[in-house]
Amino acid sequence: MDKFLRLTAAACPLDVTNLNTDQLLPARYLKWPRAAGLGKVLLQDLRFDPDGRARAEFPLNRPFWREARIIVGGRNFGCGSSREAAVYALYDYGIRCVIAPSFGDIFSGNAVQNGLLTAIAADEVVAAIIATLGERPELPLTVDLEQQTILCGDRSYNFTIDPVSRLRLLNGWDDMALTESFRDRILAFKLDDQSRRPWARPGTTG
Amino acid sequence: MATNNFLYYLTFRPEAMAAFFGMTQPQTLIDKLWAAHEIVRRQDGESLLWVDRHYVHEGSFHAFSRLTERGAMVAEPNLTFAVADHYVPTRAPRTNIGNPEIARMVRQVEENTARHHIKLFGLDDPRQGIVHVVGPEQGLTLPGLLIVCGDSHTSTHGALGAYAFGIGASEVAHVLMTQTIWQRKPKRMRITIDGRATPGVAAKDIVLAIIAKIGADGATGYAIEFAGIAIRALSIEGRLTLCNMSIEAGARCGTIAPDATTFDYVKGRPFAPKGPAFDQAVEAWSRLNSDNGADFDHEVRLDASEIMPIVTWGTSPQHALPIEASVPDPARELDPARANDLRDALSYMGLRPGTKLTNIAIDRVFIGSCTNARIEDLRAAAAVLVGRVSKVPGLVSPGSSAVKRQAEQEGLDRVFRDAGLEWGESGCSMCVGINGDIVAPGERCASTTNRNFGGRQGPGARTHLMSPAMVAAAAVTGHLADVRPLLVGRKL
Repeated sequence: MDKFLRLTAAACPLDVTNLNTDQLLPARYLKWPRAAGLGKVLLQDLRFDPDGRARAEFPLNRPFWREARIIVGGRNFGCGSSREAAVYALYDYGIRCVIAPSFGDIFSGNAVQNGLLTAIAADEVVAAIIATLGERPELPLTVDLEQQTILCGDRSYNFTIDPVSRLRLLNGWDDMALTESFRDRILAFKLDDQSRRPWARPGTTG
Repeated sequence: MATNNFLYYLTFRPEAMAAFFGMTQPQTLIDKLWAAHEIVRRQDGESLLWVDRHYVHEGSFHAFSRLTERGAMVAEPNLTFAVADHYVPTRAPRTNIGNPEIARMVRQVEENTARHHIKLFGLDDPRQGIVHVVGPEQGLTLPGLLIVCGDSHTSTHGALGAYAFGIGASEVAHVLMTQTIWQRKPKRMRITIDGRATPGVAAKDIVLAIIAKIGADGATGYAIEFAGIAIRALSIEGRLTLCNMSIEAGARCGTIAPDATTFDYVKGRPFAPKGPAFDQAVEAWSRLNSDNGADFDHEVRLDASEIMPIVTWGTSPQHALPIEASVPDPARELDPARANDLRDALSYMGLRPGTKLTNIAIDRVFIGSCTNARIEDLRAAAAVLVGRVSKVPGLVSPGSSAVKRQAEQEGLDRVFRDAGLEWGESGCSMCVGINGDIVAPGERCASTTNRNFGGRQGPGARTHLMSPAMVAAAAVTGHLADVRPLLVGRKL
């Protein structure tokens, strides 16, 4: 997994509450393997009309935001379905950071597994950034994960993130290596648990 | 070394330390379930949890690819169970599947489970159905278990007193390889429903009332325990509906302390403990409740007697209102972000502010999904439909093949067919539309499902969520309607 330290890039506002993973990646693309290019169909039904023409007014289609690597979103960003492919679609499009007042729980878990930063900023901070981008769309944001700050023009804002997620992103850690180091503990737990909760194993007559 | 290990054990498990020194604090159900599965807690607060059941489906292919890349095998195939549900046809032939992409998805889960010696309830298995219907039905889902699945509606299984939550593909791969998962303990919320629900008000109405009250992110960061006499009065089917939609309030999971209703439901199910093992289990399960004086981080109370039949009008489950209400007016909303949200929702749904909900005409109905396609749900819809005709086309997709057989034994399939509805096969079907069963662009569907998101049931589809009885009422009237007058003089 790629590390995330600091990013300076164009930021696209998506001022939508409850922007869910069905919208980030519509269900009909869930059959696609990642190699098929999920970035192409990110937000497909919002970015394109039913005939496949780009909707000019959609923020990500505006010339100055097309190459954005940061999204500034609304409350409960990524709620809904657990589909991790929604994160693949964002990442493969080029998005490395989403700033929002709150995130769907499963989505932010999936994001950290893939090197995508979900930065939680207060409602008024997000509103201020979106307002600034409305006036100066080409203004790049600088997101610093070490400092937990967002630099927007001459203003600097703080954001929060789960401290463990922060460490994982800063180091590009993978869970598996960590879990491996607890192998003995897992085995001990399993054996102890079998006598503690014998009913927890499925019956074999099913 | 042994001493070191012991000290380590105490340091990283505060509950163990408290117990060792005889300081036991009142615990919530959530605390008890968590503690029973905690293998280790790191100083940074992340815990490694043991997984009792891992359910997988066709959509888990990303995770199996991850195992292949690493050359890894499944750690506990006997605790892993697979179903074919997300992609399977529900109104087209299920042998020789016509769509090659769907056929490939079904074949893939067959191959992946065969390679890893995982039991699959595939298309040719009489136990096939929607994973969240099959788990409880087969006695795989039990009180006290920790259950995960790569599907957000895994919260459903909490209805039996399990700790159950949805995970993403990377986590699915991790669970397959280790039978464990890293988690941070969520905050604890208790939602107490007092009073008695009136006739025509179902578990779906209760959960929509909760989401309308606390919002679609009202429980983000929390695990929910549902409590109160209205919850005790619910059947297991109703409790499954309730916990199923915990995720629509943003919760990690929802759970209900197991009771006699739970034990009666579990007893005799194929994979459940039998004989003395069952009695021993019931003894352990009876301790799975919140102690008096246990501390919750947040409490919510509602009175069931004040809940009316509810429908959603917009594009989030929080856009839910009693059927007697009217579509809201963004101009009367003071908060600009909320006003924007209402405007977007109204525009997508093609609705005008102030329209009475009962004046909204529908184009089709869908009865199905992990939320509301169990036998009790089909009976509730059939009770309204019997002797009546649907004014719009619609599909009924039973929650499992077993539910389908039981419904046919009870003659419910005749009721649906006589009303003009299509009686289909079991799968996720039109709830998520991956299998090609979708609502056409611009069409308005009264649906027993869980998400009214824009595009959820197909691009441009407009979804109104409600209970099975309310969907039946919409079918026979052709518009959103209060089911209660239609129940007068009927046996429920």
